[in-house]
Amino acid sequence: MFKYLPLIVKNSLRNRRRSLLAVASIASSLCVLSVLIAIYRVLFLGSDSTPAQALRLITHHRVSLAQSLPIAYVRQIQQVPGVAAATGWQWFGGTYRDAREPRNFFARFGVEPLQTFRVWPDYVIDQDQRVAFERERTGCVVSRALANKFDWQLGERITLVGDGFPVTLDLTLVGIFDESAQAAVLYFNQDYLRESLPPGSPQRDMVSQVMVQAKSPDEAPHVAETIDAIFENSPDPTKTESERVFLLNFISFLGNFKLFLAAICGAVTFTLLLVSGNTFSMSVRERIREVGILKTLGFKPSTILGIILGEAAAIALAGGVIGCLLAGLLCGVVRHVAPPFIPGIKTLAVTPLIAGLSLTVAVLIGLVGGLLPAFSAARTSILNSLRHTG
Amino acid sequence: MAIPIVYNVRNLVARKTTTLMTAVGIALAVAVLVADVALVRGLQAVFERSGNPLHILVLRKGSATELSSGISREAYRDLLFKPGIARNITGEPMASLELVTVINLPTVDSAKSMNVTVRGLIWLGIAMRSVRMDQGRWFQTGQREIVVGKSITRRYPQAQLGKTFRFGRGEWHVVGVMDGRQSALDNEIWGDLNQISSDFNRTRSLSSVLVRAPDAAAVPVLINSIEEDTRLNASAITERAYYDSQTAAGAPLHFLGVLVSVIMAAGSGFAAMNTMYAAVSRRSGEIGTLRVLGFSRGHILVSFFIESLLLSLVGGLLGCLLALPLNHVRARVGNMTTFSEIVFGFRVDLTAVLAGIAFALLMGTIGGFFPARAAARRQIVEALREV
Repeated sequence: MFKYLPLIVKNSLRNRRRSLLAVASIASSLCVLSVLIAIYRVLFLGSDSTPAQALRLITHHRVSLAQSLPIAYVRQIQQVPGVAAATGWQWFGGTYRDAREPRNFFARFGVEPLQTFRVWPDYVIDQDQRVAFERERTGCVVSRALANKFDWQLGERITLVGDGFPVTLDLTLVGIFDESAQAAVLYFNQDYLRESLPPGSPQRDMVSQVMVQAKSPDEAPHVAETIDAIFENSPDPTKTESERVFLLNFISFLGNFKLFLAAICGAVTFTLLLVSGNTFSMSVRERIREVGILKTLGFKPSTILGIILGEAAAIALAGGVIGCLLAGLLCGVVRHVAPPFIPGIKTLAVTPLIAGLSLTVAVLIGLVGGLLPAFSAARTSILNSLRHTG
Repeated sequence: MAIPIVYNVRNLVARKTTTLMTAVGIALAVAVLVADVALVRGLQAVFERSGNPLHILVLRKGSATELSSGISREAYRDLLFKPGIARNITGEPMASLELVTVINLPTVDSAKSMNVTVRGLIWLGIAMRSVRMDQGRWFQTGQREIVVGKSITRRYPQAQLGKTFRFGRGEWHVVGVMDGRQSALDNEIWGDLNQISSDFNRTRSLSSVLVRAPDAAAVPVLINSIEEDTRLNASAITERAYYDSQTAAGAPLHFLGVLVSVIMAAGSGFAAMNTMYAAVSRRSGEIGTLRVLGFSRGHILVSFFIESLLLSLVGGLLGCLLALPLNHVRARVGNMTTFSEIVFGFRVDLTAVLAGIAFALLMGTIGGFFPARAAARRQIVEALREV
């Protein structure tokens, strides 16, 4: 087979314009396909989940996320056997600088500084900075991704103007932590928020959710059941889920993404098949006389089949490689412009696995698209093919 | 005289397999675009129907959504005395204090619960909106009764007329199904303001006030007067503008759709170009003959260009046909403003179809121009000599 490689290469280069257009066409479709698979991966397969993530539970109000829980729940949850750490998690909407600029949107949460890095042991932070966060009432810590986005240095003054809360928080950046999800997130001391609220305000005694870190994976489901059982008959019943399940629910809230992605992937693959089939049948049709000559020279039909299929696969593969490269660039663009509330979108990338999958699809498409024209060429009798006029 | 279009049509028919394959390639890119436009149009339609241009929504200063807003009863009482609010037949000012929150209900297709907006309001608030009773009756003041929107009944098995379900502090009885004429209100559950606010511990601080101005000219005046009143500490926007901003709910899907359709179009454009180049090289002899017959280079250029446009037009029409069944599809997206789902129907309307056809013709233009120019540039003798 390999001895025909030069012939295959020559053949694909003989009508350069057509091969180039075919490669460009396959590349654009494969680019879309790779990006869609990459999006599917971050949304539904999750970026590589760390052990700490698997142990993290989120306790929220059973009725809805928008309803708060009494702050007393946090202490009760910390007493539950199997709980390593737990912190109240206060969603603070508010605005940073100008709210009309979507760039200024990032997640802001009030937490208990002493519990924070025990609930998120996967956050890597300097010991000094961690202590500073625990000590300074108006201190806050941010993820590396967020610090880089605004080019914040330690000591930066960050002012958040509340909307749901009638307060303005003047925060000082005391720490920057590293985490794998590339999320844009800021944590501040929830005591600072509580003290800024007017005395008697019902908001003082509530938190949005409680984040829990279980001691071991075996205990996690049991911990969740125990927590929910404690508050079963209270005015504010809870629902405790793993962080992963919680995120999946949130994604399904964004819309029928799964269906849309599948439908578009199908359309793209079908287009690819049409394009490659069309190109190869055009190029084979043009060459029927030549095939006749090859046969006269003693080439077997199976060899001719192989040569034509090889050419199809080569062109498709070239398209696939370019498509994957384009997809890599495009993922970079999407990472920048996508709204930050979509979980995992900041880790969007064409992984080696996705690239491999796309290239396999490309070669398969090339082979399937080339099959029919190749068969017809291999089967045409010498007389007929020599008689054929373009 | 130009080369008749019949010539192009016959050529396309003669190479029907290639024509069809190229056209379907174009069609799929067009279908994705049309679906995307239909999605945005569908969402727009829902929100357009939701906002009355005479209505003004009053929220706490700094809040962009009803969910994060809080209006006290004192502020509401002050607001009632503002001049320039329309009055109903009995002379009451048309201003409705409302509480908006979300609850979680299991859906038809999965045990996973979804968020649903619950609105507590007074009789005036119902009267101000163009909502009709579909089945059953309205809730009674002081009763634990609720009325559910039409979209809600389709999606949530618990939310049926005559059924009872739990939220807040206890059981609620569904006494009616309302028809919001496919507006956002179809995705809500309504109940008595006092009952609901006490269940959610919000008797002092409610969400918003809906105010009606007597005429269009009075709207900006009223907005100014509310915003400038420091006692109220409130901001005011028209209900239309409030709902318009919620079309952003479809933004992630819209973005994906545009991205995919544009790249797919590039791919199909290249494929169309390939097909047209093949047509030019196969019909070399014909081109020579046409030139001998006296047709100019310009005629040849126009003829091949038209052929490419025809090809893409077939693709465009096919793409619209492919997307047409979407008209019956209802989809749902999460609305970040209300933190709940909004159900909408795709709308493959004239705008979507025209966008699709224009998109296809663009592909035909790009894919057809260079091959047509190549055809026009051929030398007569060379063209005739090629077999």
